[in-house]
Amino acid sequence: MLELKNISYHVDDGDGKDILNHVDLRIDKRFTAITGPNGGGKSTLAKMIAGIIQPTEGQIFLDGQDITNMSVTERARLGISFAFQQPVRFKGITVLDLIRLAAGERLSVEGACKYLSEVGLCARDYINREVNASLSGGELKRIEIATVIARGTKLSVFDEPEAGIDLWSFQNLIKVFEEMHGQTQGNIVIISHQERILNIADEIVVIANGEITNAGTRDEILPQLLDDSFACRHNAGGCIHG
Amino acid sequence: MDEIQKTLLMQVADLHEVPAGAYNIRSNGESAGRHSTEHIEIVTKEDKPGIDIYIKPGTKRESVHIPVLMTQTGLKELVYNDFHIGEDCDVTIVAGCGIHNGGDKASEHSGIHTFYIGKNARIRYVEKHYGSGEGTGERIMNPETVVEMDENSYMEMDTVQIKGVDSTERVTKARLGKGAQLVIKEKLMTHGKQKATTNFYVDLDGEGSSTNVISRSVAKDNSEQTFYSHINGNNQCAGHSECDAIIMDNAVVRAIPEITANHLDASLIHEAAIGKIAGEQLIKLMTLGLTEAEAEEQIVNGFLK
Repeated sequence: MLELKNISYHVDDGDGKDILNHVDLRIDKRFTAITGPNGGGKSTLAKMIAGIIQPTEGQIFLDGQDITNMSVTERARLGISFAFQQPVRFKGITVLDLIRLAAGERLSVEGACKYLSEVGLCARDYINREVNASLSGGELKRIEIATVIARGTKLSVFDEPEAGIDLWSFQNLIKVFEEMHGQTQGNIVIISHQERILNIADEIVVIANGEITNAGTRDEILPQLLDDSFACRHNAGGCIHG
Repeated sequence: MDEIQKTLLMQVADLHEVPAGAYNIRSNGESAGRHSTEHIEIVTKEDKPGIDIYIKPGTKRESVHIPVLMTQTGLKELVYNDFHIGEDCDVTIVAGCGIHNGGDKASEHSGIHTFYIGKNARIRYVEKHYGSGEGTGERIMNPETVVEMDENSYMEMDTVQIKGVDSTERVTKARLGKGAQLVIKEKLMTHGKQKATTNFYVDLDGEGSSTNVISRSVAKDNSEQTFYSHINGNNQCAGHSECDAIIMDNAVVRAIPEITANHLDASLIHEAAIGKIAGEQLIKLMTLGLTEAEAEEQIVNGFLK
């Protein structure tokens, strides 16, 4: 279980902006989706959970342990995984290398292929490819997700997995998350704008202007979001699709 | 051969024992073993130090190993090795130099390797440099490679210098005939106060000749690297050079690529990039549970793989 207590993130960029403002959040459901308009603070929150950004105020607890001052490495070892919105590219590091590093063991080629197959990649075609610009955005995205699956940690955070991929890849991506929802033993947190991803969440949290504006079960929240979204087209306000 | 020499041999030639096929092992300035085969003959030069290696036309799937080992501090040598490769050959040549310097005097090996590659021959040339030893004496290697490529010949040259060489000045000069193709892959890592300079001169003389010169390097600590490449397109030809360097700590890296087109149909490209390890690469690997130092090591190893 992850708990954020009174989390704030303030940037001193001249006019001083509050990216997150006294956020309290408890994540204990199998699948939590965090949504809301662009610039609302969602990605900042995701990075803060992974330890990439430090809060200027507040505390983060993982299973009751205060991890606020822990490094990215320490949190990863405690069981937090993070899938980047824009997967990082490497010269010379192969897909197999990356999956092995993620799994934390010298997996066999077959073992690594299993994870790639789970994200819908024909594993043999990819296993020895370098994780570089020769791979498409959709391919990199799926490899990124495979690294998180390979880690199999108790908390997995995905920052907008749908961003930057084509429609065809998106259909497959949804399947990946549907399967993950069925199989996972841990907690999954997904930052997303996509109705189809929100639709498989157990809980939905809405963040706007650095604050949680709504949170509850999917059945409570999703209809409201869709109504707002509909209203948005007519009234130009409160749109979740940013 | 003692343990130190065996270790050097493994580092520079991946050999545990004497290799299969033709070989010549030079140790502390003297021959420590030689074997010629039916198709490959190794002969000592009479006018200067070094050997001639004659590979008969049509020799296929054979290899030649010519490692050089130095364990005596203060030794300086200049060696000439000439490879005469017949037409239609397909062979692998493994050279390499390992210096173990346990003393306080500089040990220096300079090798001039000249390749005469016959028509339609295919050569893979592998050269590894390695230094070890706790002594304060410098380990210096200055290899020079001269390549003359006849019609439609192909050469792939892989050079690796990853550890322990204090100072190196590498020169590679190649002249390509009609349809000849030269691929050079250089991997270099410097640390401490090491200095490394590489110079490539490629003359694309023949119609349809091509070259690809790729250098990947990592400069750590206070080391310095300089990369020069000069590609001259003297006919209808294609040339590409690429220098990609990771800089760390207080190191200095210079890349000076030069391409000259002396012919309307010469197509030449150079690329050079120098930069530190991207922060996001470190963070990605740290989210997988690696420490920053482990992440750095993985990135460097991958880059030089």
